Amino acid sequence: MFKTWLPFEWIVALRFLREGRLQTMFIVAGVALGVAVIVFMSALMTGLQMNFIQRVLSAQGHIQLLPPKEVARPLRLGVHARPGEVEAAILQAPLQRLKSIDQWQAVAEQIRAMPEVLVVSPLAGGSALVVRGIASRAITVAGIEPALYYRIVALPDKVRRGTADLTGGEILIGTELAADLGVAVGDKLRLTTAGGADTTLRIAGIFDLGNKSANARSTFVALRTAQSLLALPGGVTSLDVTVRDVYTAEVVAQRITAATGVEADSWIKNNAELFTAIAAQSTSNNAIRFFVGLSVAFGIASVLAVVVVQKSREIGILRAMGISQGQVMRVFLLQGGLLALAGSVAGSALGASVLTLWQRSARTADGTPLFALVLEPSLFLSALALATVTGLIAALAPARRAARLDPVVAIRG
Amino acid sequence: MAVPDVRPAELPVVVQLQGVRKAYNVGEAFETEVLHGIDLTVRRGEFCAVVGPSGSGKSTLLNIIGLLDRPTSGTVEVCAAQTTRLDDRALTRLRGHSIGFVFQYHHLITAFTALENVMMPMLGDKEFANDAMRARAEALIGSVGLAAWKDRGAGKLSGGQQQRVAIARALAMGPALLLADEPTGNLDTKSADEVFALLRQFNTEHGTTVLFVTHNVAMSERCDRTIEVVDGWITRGG
Repeated sequence: MFKTWLPFEWIVALRFLREGRLQTMFIVAGVALGVAVIVFMSALMTGLQMNFIQRVLSAQGHIQLLPPKEVARPLRLGVHARPGEVEAAILQAPLQRLKSIDQWQAVAEQIRAMPEVLVVSPLAGGSALVVRGIASRAITVAGIEPALYYRIVALPDKVRRGTADLTGGEILIGTELAADLGVAVGDKLRLTTAGGADTTLRIAGIFDLGNKSANARSTFVALRTAQSLLALPGGVTSLDVTVRDVYTAEVVAQRITAATGVEADSWIKNNAELFTAIAAQSTSNNAIRFFVGLSVAFGIASVLAVVVVQKSREIGILRAMGISQGQVMRVFLLQGGLLALAGSVAGSALGASVLTLWQRSARTADGTPLFALVLEPSLFLSALALATVTGLIAALAPARRAARLDPVVAIRG
Repeated sequence: MAVPDVRPAELPVVVQLQGVRKAYNVGEAFETEVLHGIDLTVRRGEFCAVVGPSGSGKSTLLNIIGLLDRPTSGTVEVCAAQTTRLDDRALTRLRGHSIGFVFQYHHLITAFTALENVMMPMLGDKEFANDAMRARAEALIGSVGLAAWKDRGAGKLSGGQQQRVAIARALAMGPALLLADEPTGNLDTKSADEVFALLRQFNTEHGTTVLFVTHNVAMSERCDRTIEVVDGWITRGG
C-alpha cells in the first residue's frame, strides 16, 4: 500500500520508477557515472591548482614592494635646436644600482595597519661571491629579520642540518652550495661583494628548497649583516607582504601603491603565466563538466520520453479520471528530479571513493601524497543540486508531452 | 431490479446534447464529419445501451459526453454544467467529479494494486481524508467481489477481475454518470454477464446514469433504453 500522506504526484512517480526498476537502475547508474566524473575532475583540478599556488607562495610573499627604478631623463633638451629644428635625444638605460625603499619603516608601519595584511617583512638583497680555499661561487644574499620572514617563507621547515636561527655572524646556505664548497654546519665562509666589502660568516644551517639552482645560489643572513655587506646602512631592497586572502593580493597591492607611492607587485601579477595555465585548466574542466552534464540530461530525457510512450494509456486514463495536466506534468518532472538526485548521491559517493583511492595510489618517490585533495562538502552539495536541476530540466520536454497527451488518443493507444 | 418510482421525464437531466457535430481535419480537403447534429437527453438513473455498427460514431459520442473530446459545433451540458466555454482545467475537474469511465480494455495502472487503483481518483482529487479514501475504496472493491484480491497487483488479475476493478475505480468519486465503452467486449460470457450485472446494480442502488456501448444485442435489450447510432446520426432512442 502506498503512503497516502505523500502527494499524488510523488506516489505515482515513485511507483513508475519502481515498476521500471531495470530502466531506473540503468539511468541512475548513468547519472552516477557522470556525477562521479564531475566530482573527481573538480576535486582533482581544485587540488592541483591549490597545490600550484601553495608551491608558488611557499617561497615568496603575496606582495613585494620594490624601490623605484633609476630612470634616465634628457637634460637641457632643446637648448641646441635652432628655430624650425627638432632636437632628438638618445637615452641610454641607466644602471640600476642597489637602492633602498625610501622611509621603509614608515611604509612598513602604514602597510601593517591595513586590515587585510598579515605580515610585512623587510629584506635587503644583493649578490656576492663566496670563497672557500680555491673554490668560489656567485650567490644571492638575502638579509632578513627571521621572526618576520619565517612567517612568510617556512625556511625552518626546509633546514636539513643545523638551525634556522640566525645571529649577526651566521649564514644559511643551500645543500648544493654546501656540497660544492665541501662545507658543513659550523664551518666558516667568506663573502665578498662587488663593492669590495667582505665578511666571514659561520654556517648556522643548510637548507633544501627543493630546487637545485636555488640550493646552489640562495643564502640567508641577518638583515643587519646584509645591510652592512651590501652597503645599504639601515636600508632594505624590498618589503615582502602576506595578506589574509591570497586572491585579493592584486587589489591590496594596488591599494598599497596608492597609499604609499611605492611600487607593489602581487604574486598574481608576477605569476601571470601560472594564472593563465590555471584559467585554461578551469576552462577545460568546465567544458568537460558541461558535456558530461549534457549527456546526463539527454540520458534522463530519452528514458523519460520512452516512459511517456510506454505509459501513454495510463496517462490517458489518469486524465480521464480527473487528473489535471499539471499533475501529470509534475509526475514526470519528479521522475527526472528523483533519477538525477539518486544518481548524484551514488555518483558523489563513487567520486569520493575514487578520489580516496587515487590519493592513496598517487604518491611521490618518497611516499608522500602527490598533492592534497580536499573533499569539500560544498563540491558534493553543488553536484547534487546541479544534477537535480539538470534532471528537472531534462524532464521538462517529456513531462510537457505527457501532460499534453490527448486522453482520447492515449486511451485508444 | 428496482424500478424508479418517478417517470423519467421528471428526473433531472444528466446529459443534454444539442446539435452536436464532430468533424476531423476541419478546413482541410479530407475533412470528415463523424457526428451530424446529435440531439440527446439522458436523465438521472437511466441505463442506456448505445448500439450501432463499428465506425458509426458511438465512441466519439461517448468521448464528447465524457468531456474527453470537444464537439466541432453544438452544445454539451453535463450535470447541469454548460461545458462549451469551460477551459481544460474546469473540464478536468467536472469530469473527475461527475463522470466515471470504463473502457473495453481495463487500463488499470499496473504499478499499483487493485485497491490502490480504486483509490487513485480520490488521491488525485485531494479532497478525501486518508481514512475515508481507504474505507471507500475497500467498500467499492468489496462490492465488486474482489475484497480478497485487493492487495494483488493490477497486472496479476484476470480480465474479468481487472474490469471489475475498473468499474470500482470509475465509481470512486461517486459520479452521476458512468460511461462504459464496450466494457464486456473483451470478456468471456460469464465475466461479461458479471460486469453487466455490476453496472446494473450500481445504476439501481445509487441512481448512477449509465451509457453502455455494446455490440451484444441481448445485453442491449436488458437496458432501459437503446440509443442507436448509425453513420453519425441517432436513428433510434434519441
